Amino acid sequence: MSVIAGTGRRWSPPPFIPNPWLRHGLTVGAAVYLALALGSLEVNWTRVVEGLGRGWHFVLAFAPPDFVSRRAEIVEGLAESLVMTVTSTVIGIAISIPIGLGAARNLAPLPVYLLCRGIVAVARTLQEIIVAILFVAMVGFGPLAGMLTLSFATIGFLSKLLAEDIEDTDPGQLEAIRATGASWLQLLNYGVQPQVMPRLIGLSLYRFDINFRESAVIGIVGAGGIGATLNTAFDRYEYDTAAAILLAIIVIVMAAEYLSGIIRRRVQ
Amino acid sequence: MPVRTAGGTTQWQRRERRRQLLIWLGWLAGTAVFVFCWEVISRDTMWVFVWDAPTQGADLLGRMVPPRWSYLPSLWRPLWDTMNIATLGTALAIVLAVPVAFMAARNTTPSVAVVRPLALFVIVASRSINALIWALLLVSIIGPGILAGILAIMLRSIGFIAKLLYEAIEEIDRAPVEAVTAAGAGRAQVVAYGIVPQVTPAFAGISVFRWDINIRESTVLGLVGAGGIGLQLQSSVNVLAWNQVTMIFIVIFATVLLSEWVSARVRHAII
Repeated sequence: MSVIAGTGRRWSPPPFIPNPWLRHGLTVGAAVYLALALGSLEVNWTRVVEGLGRGWHFVLAFAPPDFVSRRAEIVEGLAESLVMTVTSTVIGIAISIPIGLGAARNLAPLPVYLLCRGIVAVARTLQEIIVAILFVAMVGFGPLAGMLTLSFATIGFLSKLLAEDIEDTDPGQLEAIRATGASWLQLLNYGVQPQVMPRLIGLSLYRFDINFRESAVIGIVGAGGIGATLNTAFDRYEYDTAAAILLAIIVIVMAAEYLSGIIRRRVQ
Repeated sequence: MPVRTAGGTTQWQRRERRRQLLIWLGWLAGTAVFVFCWEVISRDTMWVFVWDAPTQGADLLGRMVPPRWSYLPSLWRPLWDTMNIATLGTALAIVLAVPVAFMAARNTTPSVAVVRPLALFVIVASRSINALIWALLLVSIIGPGILAGILAIMLRSIGFIAKLLYEAIEEIDRAPVEAVTAAGAGRAQVVAYGIVPQVTPAFAGISVFRWDINIRESTVLGLVGAGGIGLQLQSSVNVLAWNQVTMIFIVIFATVLLSEWVSARVRHAII
């Protein structure tokens, strides 16, 4: 198949990167990088081999995971995570809506637009964990720091997507409402809100998911929730408890994803 | 039409009374849940610390600026490690995610009943656990260091790449596949000449996108001991050297911006 009849030349599919210099340059660059990176990799192989036995213990811990002996801590951690998720999502949405309105070019004047876009950019570039470290340093250990962190992250996520959605609304409807002499608030209520509401609900539910997932992480730096419990379990080498916590997280994440999928399908 | 009669005149309303009532009840229930959750948080909070927060924040800011520039030279090596964690982790994840994606896609899976659910489970398990938690796990198993970081990034990325790739595979145009099959190609040839060329741009885009996310995530993996610049961050926070922390933030910020720029350029060139 690959020899072209009569010419003796072999056919080969066209390459993904047409420019040969770029293609071969990238290959060589990748090879050089790989050599450098692997050369500078310091791995303590004896420690790894030693740890494999422990890894096996961890795998075994999944059968059966130990939900019982630290039951109180697990339940408390999960409840705290859920509570943090609920409050931070609500607060995040409440703050995102005005910022999202301000960051939509078709509704806000330029200075407001720039200010709100700036807030969104800052909230998006700072990572949850880093924000959590700062909040823990400011308000102390516990769920409040976690709640503040998650609200902060929610603002970056939600207001950006909301603003983009508002900018995509049908201008005809907005104009029609304006033409009836509606005030700015009435314009929002009757022109913008009906158009963006389904998507806003969908995004909020999606963010709820993400916030729960993140709440399992920021506990590692002291911001409360199930992450703190998990960290303690690993520190004590209680793999069966850790396995139980991981399973609980996976199940809740899956349930939340499934439920929000159903609600989103009904709303949209 | 929803109307209300008041004093002989009918007035238009946006919703029927029943519907309005239901919506109102929904809001009431939601508010109650929120207030309850807030109470729980506030019970577990030391409010003295919170009232103190503005002072603490100002104090923190005072210690954070100016950043300690002399700390910068000792950050190059951890930064290199961070890049390696992200890049090698992404590369390994790509190698493992491609077969998983082909097994999960409905039109390429060898068996819908057995292999597909298994592949989907791999994807879900990998996606629902954050890289930092994978790192926590791996550090306690194979010890602290870069290897744990690479594997953590890899485990988290498999699900992401495989999910997006299998969705791309399921959305391909059927016609080229049929044409290649009609020409008498075997199964492997159909994949190589009918499917792979169609998903390559999406695949390259997904990989670069995940690499960009991984650079971000690998900067904090050191917090749990998995190597990279996060180790410096952890030790600086522990000794309350906040001016070093600022320096690290600046380096992280610059790296993230750079990787985002690279990934945006590459994706732009592909799509």
